[in-house]
Amino acid sequence: MHPFTYTRATDTDTALKGLSGGPAAKLLGGGTNLIDLMKMGVETPSRLVDITRLDLAKVEELPDGKGVRIGALVRNSDLAEHPLIVERYPVLSQALLAGASPQLRNMATTGGNLLQRTRCYYFYDPAFTQCNKRVPGSGCGAVGGYNRIHAILGQSEACIATHPSDMCVAMAALDAVVRVQGPKGEREIPFAEFHRLPGEHPEHETNLQPDEIITAVDLPAAPWAKTSHYLKVRDRASYAFALVSVAAALEVVDGKIKTARVALGGVAHKPWRSKEAEETLVGEQPGEAIFKTAAGAALKHAKGYKYNEFKIELAKRSVVRALTNVTAA
Amino acid sequence: MTTTEYLGKPTSRVDGPAKVTGEAKYAAEFNVPNLAYGYIVSSGVTRGTIKSINAAEVEKIPGVLKVLTHENAPKTASLDRSHRDQLASTHGSPFRPLYQAELQHSLQPVALVVAETFEAARYAASLVQVEYEIAPHETDLHGSRAKAHPPKDSRTGYVPPPKKPRGTPEEAFEKAPFKVEAEYYQPAEHHNPMENFASTCVYGEDGKLTIYQKTQGVQNCQEYICSVFGLSKDEVQVISPFMGGGFGAGLRPTHELYLSVLAATALKRSVRVSMTRQQMFSFSHRPETIQDFKLAATPDGLLDSVTHTAIQESSRYEEFLETVVNWSGLVYTCPNVRLDHQLVYLDLASPADMRAPGAVTGLYGFECAIDELAYQAKLDPLAFRLKNYSEKDQNLDKLYSSKELREAYRQASEKFGWDQRPLDPRSTRRGSDLIGWGMATGCWEAMQGKAAAKAVLTPDGKLVVSSATSDIGTGTYTVMTMIAAEFSGVPIENVSFELGDSSMVYSPVEGGSWTVSSVGSAVKTVCEELKARLFKLAGKMDGAPLGDAKVEDVTFDQGEMRVTKNPVRNVTYAEALQANGLDKLELDTTELPQLVKQMTHGVYSHSAVFVEVAVDEDLGTIHVTRVVSAIAGGRILNPKTARSQIMGAIVWGISMALEEESMLDHQFGRFMNHNYAEYHVPVNADIHDIEVIFVPEHDDVVNPLGAKGLGEIGIVGVAAAVTNAVWHATGKRVRSLPVTLDKLL
Ligand SMILES: Cc1cc2nc3c(=O)[nH]c(=O)nc-3n(C[C@H](O)[C@H](O)[C@H](O)COP(=O)(O)OP(=O)(O)OC[C@H]3O[C@@H](n4cnc5c(N)ncnc54)[C@H](O)[C@@H]3O)c2cc1C
Ligand code: SF4
Repeated sequence: MHPFTYTRATDTDTALKGLSGGPAAKLLGGGTNLIDLMKMGVETPSRLVDITRLDLAKVEELPDGKGVRIGALVRNSDLAEHPLIVERYPVLSQALLAGASPQLRNMATTGGNLLQRTRCYYFYDPAFTQCNKRVPGSGCGAVGGYNRIHAILGQSEACIATHPSDMCVAMAALDAVVRVQGPKGEREIPFAEFHRLPGEHPEHETNLQPDEIITAVDLPAAPWAKTSHYLKVRDRASYAFALVSVAAALEVVDGKIKTARVALGGVAHKPWRSKEAEETLVGEQPGEAIFKTAAGAALKHAKGYKYNEFKIELAKRSVVRALTNVTAA
Repeated sequence: MTTTEYLGKPTSRVDGPAKVTGEAKYAAEFNVPNLAYGYIVSSGVTRGTIKSINAAEVEKIPGVLKVLTHENAPKTASLDRSHRDQLASTHGSPFRPLYQAELQHSLQPVALVVAETFEAARYAASLVQVEYEIAPHETDLHGSRAKAHPPKDSRTGYVPPPKKPRGTPEEAFEKAPFKVEAEYYQPAEHHNPMENFASTCVYGEDGKLTIYQKTQGVQNCQEYICSVFGLSKDEVQVISPFMGGGFGAGLRPTHELYLSVLAATALKRSVRVSMTRQQMFSFSHRPETIQDFKLAATPDGLLDSVTHTAIQESSRYEEFLETVVNWSGLVYTCPNVRLDHQLVYLDLASPADMRAPGAVTGLYGFECAIDELAYQAKLDPLAFRLKNYSEKDQNLDKLYSSKELREAYRQASEKFGWDQRPLDPRSTRRGSDLIGWGMATGCWEAMQGKAAAKAVLTPDGKLVVSSATSDIGTGTYTVMTMIAAEFSGVPIENVSFELGDSSMVYSPVEGGSWTVSSVGSAVKTVCEELKARLFKLAGKMDGAPLGDAKVEDVTFDQGEMRVTKNPVRNVTYAEALQANGLDKLELDTTELPQLVKQMTHGVYSHSAVFVEVAVDEDLGTIHVTRVVSAIAGGRILNPKTARSQIMGAIVWGISMALEEESMLDHQFGRFMNHNYAEYHVPVNADIHDIEVIFVPEHDDVVNPLGAKGLGEIGIVGVAAAVTNAVWHATGKRVRSLPVTLDKLL
């Protein structure tokens, strides 16, 4: 582990000041991802700014029924059990509870979860010499290597890693907005624009600037979200990252689908919202046939590799199952 | 005669309180003044040579004491022979850390940074730069399969398959109506005990070494260190009171032991070296194995031909040998059998024994193939097995010392409700799940080795028994205490058992399920001798408290000798010692295996495992909803810890069936999922109902206790039973482990 200095920020301003010295500074949330990566020598910050004492650990209702604001330091376990979330956004509660373990969820923060990095083996172990994300320009070990957990949608030749978060898949489906603060003040980033596809630069994972801090995530009011569901398919019953996951919501009025949300996890460099699937569903009568058509639409452009080809079929079936579960609920 | 009878009663672990309060200390927890810390630098390259290491530069970092590499490490014994521990193959060249520029496998130690603090050592280690000249490597068993060849070497515990086939397996196969020809595959797996390997080598003022070591064999480590470093036994003491799981990984001396001693002797200072989780993937694993089967049955369902070939990975520098195929020649009666074991040398660390080594592999494939054959013959898998029940070990042409497998089948199948099983797959549904039932047989050799025990009785009536064995979490402390109490007549609360110190009397490594058999027998004998000595002491006492009673007329109980028919004639052990002016009574014995009896029998434990799985038809996710396992394992000394052993083994069997796999990237020749996040073992949510049954089994051949040992048998057959259940649920034969959902889509 590289030597680093540690400071504890007391408010957002001191946190921002701590970040201002250049890219060698990192914010410390729950530390469940950052510290791991530091031990592995993947992240080597020279300054850690602990933000866990900031007053950003509240879940509150926005005025005028506009939705709910989640502070960046709300722990995953608190968020999962919060009555506002359980009641209005069950898909998010379920996604959180499907992630990691109780111990990790007690530590993990909302902001940290957004920024957690891929679990690609080649990224995580610096002995692997090829990883464009860790060492830009070095190549991608996974493309021709063991790529069972890798992406099937939106990937590039430069990187086929996935974003591993469950929480984010639900947030993508819920049209969340990420609130950030930087030296120039506050701004909002729609969820779909927060994470990036790898393209030529997989090292740039989000549109957050290095001198910005996430302060909150807003969930707009979404009455349709009451009938929503998170399905996670993985190699063991708990405490495993998703091979494929689906966040789905359906609002059915007069037997026809009025609103549909479909987002997939474990398949892309970012939480994968499928507008194609949603468009297929809207206006139709819910049922297996249309769910299958929607699943096909979601995976239309999917491309598999030697070891993850199976994810395409699995993702289709998962979409159907998730939508079926929503209608059954 | 003894009446206390501790044996056979469920007894809680005597070391339980020490473990849950943290009082029990593990190898990396023994602190001494002026301790230095070593951090291992592991190779990122598989084959090639080290061109340079910036050791001198790293030594300048504050806090760093020394950077040891192959260039500056003090020389140790030159001959391979000196590096072979008790479990090394007979002619191999065991791996020597920091010995040469040439690399043998990825993650091997290439430097040891020794510093004043652990953090300084770890940081400095991250700055060590190694320049390699990379050479091509081979780590792909499938790709190198054509190079398979019979082993050349031998090793303790390895039984080569019979040289000649029995009968005419090819002819029988050709003419049989029911046949199975199939290849089964099992990936490499790592032991992954919870406690990482660690060694705290305390450098004494006189230069003597006291080493707190995570190991399954303190004396094996002591002998190894003496032989490698040219030290005498009184200069090296190895201590290991507790172990956070071994599973075979700690049978042989590990890198950090060698390195802590190397550093301590070089710096003349106490040094601790512990491994990281990633480094736990650098030294031993269950070998990847391909198995080919050709099985055939007669029209009436009698097994008529077995051909079983195992192709297994070994390192290049020493042959790793385990008994894989022999089981297929003995678990069922079959007149025509050909067994073959082959190796492929790969550029990986030597594999090692891992819970039920060989049997768990061989019987996984064989018991799946048998299931296939039973279905061909349209017979229920249990009925098929009963029809072909083996009454003698045909490999050796010997009768079994005991074998209550039939009873195990009966009890487990009844409990499970097996008679309700439809013969055809895909017959049962529950919601979106397909339900399947599968079963398998397990078998493990019950062994006994030479071992010694020492007993010390003091006038306060307390008895301490000891032997240099270890408790790898199995309950050795507890069961030995029970045996000692049972056979000494000292109440259990006054008995303690000590282990894990190389200066104690001889014990073999703890492994192979033979500790109760070997050490337990020695404990029994020493305690019986203790009683005989006490009786003599009583005879020398004034007033002859036991009168003219003979030893067989006396009850030894509650720390007292009393004439059975006239209990007013009695004397306590304490009084016998005091009256004879003894401040203690001390004796030791060495127990040899009952070789003559054992040589004329096949001595095995058996299991019958029944499993229910629920498989999501669309998603392929599998849940093992029910397991019933009946064990025929001789006499059960402590039913409580015995049950825990079997439960743990079943969980591991489920793990092997559905989750475990050390994934290799062949481009790099490196294991990739070297951490607990990515190397999957079951979590609580994966484990549902498990029922363990012990069927009564009497055996006076295996050892004087009649106990066969339970460490391994519980895992054998589980992966096959799960795989067979998955087939029964889905109709799909998955012939490679682990059975992950992608294989079912
Ligand atoms: C064994 C294991 C299993 C796991 N399984 C799952 C799983 O199944 N599903 C799942 O979704 N996740 C899983 N996780 C990941 C876990 O959810 C993340 O590690 C966690 O959410 C990260 O949150 P944190 O607060 O600990 O982040 P940290 O580690 O503290 O930070 C992560 C990153 O975010 C940055 N950061 C933190 N807060 C802010 C902020 N407010 N503004 C700007 N930057 C910030 C940090 O600088 C750092 O770069 C698992 C993790 C582990 C270790
Ligand atoms: S997939 Fe991305 S993270 Fe993984 S090796 Fe390739 S570039 Fe690196």
